[in-house]
Amino acid sequence: MTMQTLLRRHGVVLGLLALVLVLPLVLPSNFYFRIATLTFIFALAVLGLNLVMGYAGQVSLGHGGFFGIGAYAVAVGPTHFGIPVWAALPLGALLAGLLAFLIGRPILKLKGHYLAVATLGMGILIAMVFTNEAQYTGGPDGMSVPRLVLFGWSARGPITWYWISGISLVVAAWLAMNLIDSPTGRAFRAIHDSEPASGVLGVNVARYKLIAFVLSAVFAAVAGAYLALYDGGVTPRTAEFLRSIEFVTMAVLGGLGSVIGSVVGAAFLTILPQVLTVFHDYEHVVLGLLIILFMMFLRDGIVPTLARLIFRRRS
Amino acid sequence: MAQFLQYAFSGLTVGAVYALVALGFTLIYNASGVINFAQGEFVMLGGMVTVFATAAGVPLPLAALLAIAVAVLVGVALHLLAIEPAKGASAVTLIIITIGASILLRGLASIVFDKRFHALPAFIPGEAWRVGGASILPQSVLVLGGAAAVVVLLWVFMSRTLLGKAMIATAANRMAARLVGINTVWIICASFAVSAAIGAIGGILVTPITLTNYDVGTLLALKGFSAAMLGGMGNPLGAIVGGLVVGLLEAFGAGYISSAYKDAIAFLVILLVLFVMPNGLFGRAGVERV
Repeated sequence: MTMQTLLRRHGVVLGLLALVLVLPLVLPSNFYFRIATLTFIFALAVLGLNLVMGYAGQVSLGHGGFFGIGAYAVAVGPTHFGIPVWAALPLGALLAGLLAFLIGRPILKLKGHYLAVATLGMGILIAMVFTNEAQYTGGPDGMSVPRLVLFGWSARGPITWYWISGISLVVAAWLAMNLIDSPTGRAFRAIHDSEPASGVLGVNVARYKLIAFVLSAVFAAVAGAYLALYDGGVTPRTAEFLRSIEFVTMAVLGGLGSVIGSVVGAAFLTILPQVLTVFHDYEHVVLGLLIILFMMFLRDGIVPTLARLIFRRRS
Repeated sequence: MAQFLQYAFSGLTVGAVYALVALGFTLIYNASGVINFAQGEFVMLGGMVTVFATAAGVPLPLAALLAIAVAVLVGVALHLLAIEPAKGASAVTLIIITIGASILLRGLASIVFDKRFHALPAFIPGEAWRVGGASILPQSVLVLGGAAAVVVLLWVFMSRTLLGKAMIATAANRMAARLVGINTVWIICASFAVSAAIGAIGGILVTPITLTNYDVGTLLALKGFSAAMLGGMGNPLGAIVGGLVVGLLEAFGAGYISSAYKDAIAFLVILLVLFVMPNGLFGRAGVERV
């Protein structure tokens, strides 16, 4: 392994770790901690989605559903089945992974926009279950989520969740970087570039697409569980299809195929609406306008495009 | 039987609107390769402009024309200001641009109009007609007839006029179309305009039945897109059939199975169809070049 790959792989993770460690020194209040925490949580989900979209090149408009499975697992599990919260979280992730595995086989045979509509349908079906099975989920009003208690210590408040979500994001980024540089990651990128060509070269296309899909579902479910635990409640809005669209927008805006891009994309769409509240009624107009302008001028996403500009200037 | 007919009528009415949205998706997709997620906003504009123009005292036919004109202007502006400058960007980048446009248009609509629900009086006043024990509103007949008229007009336009033929040529092969002297930028612009007009007409016709507000576009785009994919992307006939099928599935699903899960039933059928026919009902299998 060359020095350069080592630096690239660990540089991203170390940079992210530094960010998580330094940020608390400059964040002035709990409000800012909340925004940072939400950014980390969404970045976790977007990072998983980026494995599917940016590396394996498959579109998913249904990841809000997996996000919701994670969120509802920590709500329904403890409330109705007596499962402790710390066990409900991995159980939800496992459930999302299992569902992705079962649905992934037939769905991932579809291509392009057909895959998009199939995942969209899947996400809507999941969200609909949350809305309609009110005896378990509380229906459209949602339900409250018990606190996560570990060894008698209860996780609550923005600062605690800042650390939980921040460290989780760093670990997830480290996993993702390792995966990307492994034979599996190379197979993902080969599929992204050309499915038939990688098939001819002996890459088991269906298997690797499924791996990416299952992994991303697990990432999304963990993120969903974090959000539910942090907020202390869930509603079907957690899993609605606008959430899926939001994830895709974050991934594309930040940059497909870029781990940092996932974080930047999540930060962009989490921080911006807070800033834009100064525009009152014009909030959505400005948000829509900014999305259009960023995509027009930074076509490959914020991070890859800027990286290319900086790199070009240097050489 | 009466019940069956009743569900069929309501399914076809909603389905006709989905079909128009799906047709709009198809036109823009064929000409430019862009999936326009702001398609539902054209329907919203059709309904909202008509509501507010009539409220301001403009006679209904004029208000409807005005609404179509506004939607067409917005469609053309979307193409010239956002899609055309990003020419050459990847498909997914263009999709996000249209999602941004959809957020922008919804935001503008909530300011220019308001956030309340609005209705229009039925264009043909009167009691519901009785057909085979089921009742059908004259307005529903108008929606179906209007949608059919749009489809026929579009067909005539595509097969009989030079502009329509140029649009087909551009859809078939943009490079070849340019080589025979077709101004493809202009043609893509025209397809945005036609697509916006079709959406607006759907919105105007259906507003007396389903109401409208600044936010109706999202769900319509979702359903229209699904309908277009069910039919087979890029196939106008598929879009129409897909739209009607989705509408009927919803109505029968709500009536016979569960109203809470009516959307679920439609999507379940779409999923099953795609598993068996991965290119939709009328789509052709594409060959990927390596």
